[in-house]
Amino acid sequence: MWQWLYKLGSPRHFYEMTTGLVPWLTGVSLLLLAAGVVWGLGFAPPDYQMGDNFRIIYIHVPTSMCGMGAYVLLATMAAMHMIWNIKMADIVAKVSAPVGAAYIALGLITGALWGKPTWGTYWTWDARLTSSLILLFLFLGVMALRAAYDSESAGSKAASVLAIVGVVNVPIIYFSVQWWNTLHQGTSKLGGAGSANPPEIWIPAFFTGFAVIGLFFVAVILRSRNEILYRERRTQWVQDLLQKELTHA
Amino acid sequence: MNPIRKQKLLIVGVILGGAAVATALLLLAFNKGLNAFFTPTEIAEGKVTGTQNIRIGGMVKKGSLLKEGLQGTRIEFIATDFNEDVPVVYTGVLPDLFREGQGVMADGHMDAKGVFQADSILAKHDENYMSSEVKAAMEAAKNKQAAKTVANGGAQP
Repeated sequence: MWQWLYKLGSPRHFYEMTTGLVPWLTGVSLLLLAAGVVWGLGFAPPDYQMGDNFRIIYIHVPTSMCGMGAYVLLATMAAMHMIWNIKMADIVAKVSAPVGAAYIALGLITGALWGKPTWGTYWTWDARLTSSLILLFLFLGVMALRAAYDSESAGSKAASVLAIVGVVNVPIIYFSVQWWNTLHQGTSKLGGAGSANPPEIWIPAFFTGFAVIGLFFVAVILRSRNEILYRERRTQWVQDLLQKELTHA
Repeated sequence: MNPIRKQKLLIVGVILGGAAVATALLLLAFNKGLNAFFTPTEIAEGKVTGTQNIRIGGMVKKGSLLKEGLQGTRIEFIATDFNEDVPVVYTGVLPDLFREGQGVMADGHMDAKGVFQADSILAKHDENYMSSEVKAAMEAAKNKQAAKTVANGGAQP
C-alpha cells in the first residue's frame, strides 16, 4: 500500500500507472452520468412544490460538492509539495485548480438558474452563496498567482501558500446554512419511502454524484499526464515514449 | 522525519492555524451581522430601529394572507417565527413558491405603525423534496383522518 502510494509520487510511475485507468474511468463515469441524467430528468417524480424545477439538484449538488472537494485536494497537494517537496503533488495542485474552478462555477450557475423561479432572484448575498463565490475567486487567485511568476518553482510556492490559507473557506461553506440565517436551504437529510426526501428522488443524484467525481478525476489525470510529459520532456523515458509513438504513427 | 521537513510541516501548520484563527475571530466579530435577514423575534426585541432598509425572514402564517386589488397585486400577510409576528404589506409580483406555511424573505422597512413595508419578496425553500404523488396521498390520508375524527367526535361524549 505505502509502496504503491510512494510510487504514485513519482511522475514517471504516475504516468505509467494511469495509462490503462483513463479509458476505464471515463467509460464508467459517462455510463453513470447517462443513467443518472436519464433517470433524474425523465423518470424521477416531480417535487410537490417546485414541479420539475427541482431536477437541477442532479447537477447542482454534485458539482458544488465536488468543487469544494477539489479545493481540499488542491490544498492538501499544496501542503504536501511544501513539506515533502513531492513533484507529483505540485503537478496535481497545478492542474486541479482550473477543473475545480469550473465545477464551482457550474454549481453557482445552476444555483442561480434554480433560484430565479424558486426564490424569485438569481442572486442574493447570503452566507452560502457568498462563501461559494469566494471559493471560485480562491481557485482563480491560486491560478493567477502561479501564472504571475516567471519561475515555475517561485510560482508554485506562492500559489501553495494561498491554497493552504484558502482552505478555511471550505468548512465555512459547508456550515454556513447552520451558522447563519440564509436564503439557501440546509443540507437535505435522506429518509426512507414516504418521508421527505424519498429514495426515488435521491438515487439518481448518487449516480450523477459518482459520475461527476469520476469525470473530475479523469480531467485531473489527463491534465497531469500532459504536465508530466512537459516537465519531464528532457528525460530519457519521455524521449523513448515519444520515439515509440512516432514509429507507430 | 528530518529536521527541514519537520520545520516545513510546522510552517504549514502555523499558516493554516493562523488563517483559521484569523477567520474565526473575523466571523465572531461579525457575529449575526452575516445573517441574510432579521427574524420577527429580533424585530420584537428592538434590534431594528428607524426606517432603514432591512431584510426580514420567517414563515407566512397560515390563514394570514390577504389579497387586494384587481389581480391581487397588493397583499398583506403575517411573517412569523412561531414566537413573534410581523405584519407585512407588499405590492407586486410574487415568486411561484410563495404560499401560506412557507418560508419567506422580504426587503423593505418598518413603518411607524410597526408594519413592514416590503419592496420585494423572495420565497425560501426548505431542504425537503417530495414527489407530488406522495404529497397527494398524504393529503388524502390526512383528510380521511380528519373526517373520521369529526364522525367519531359526534358520537363520543
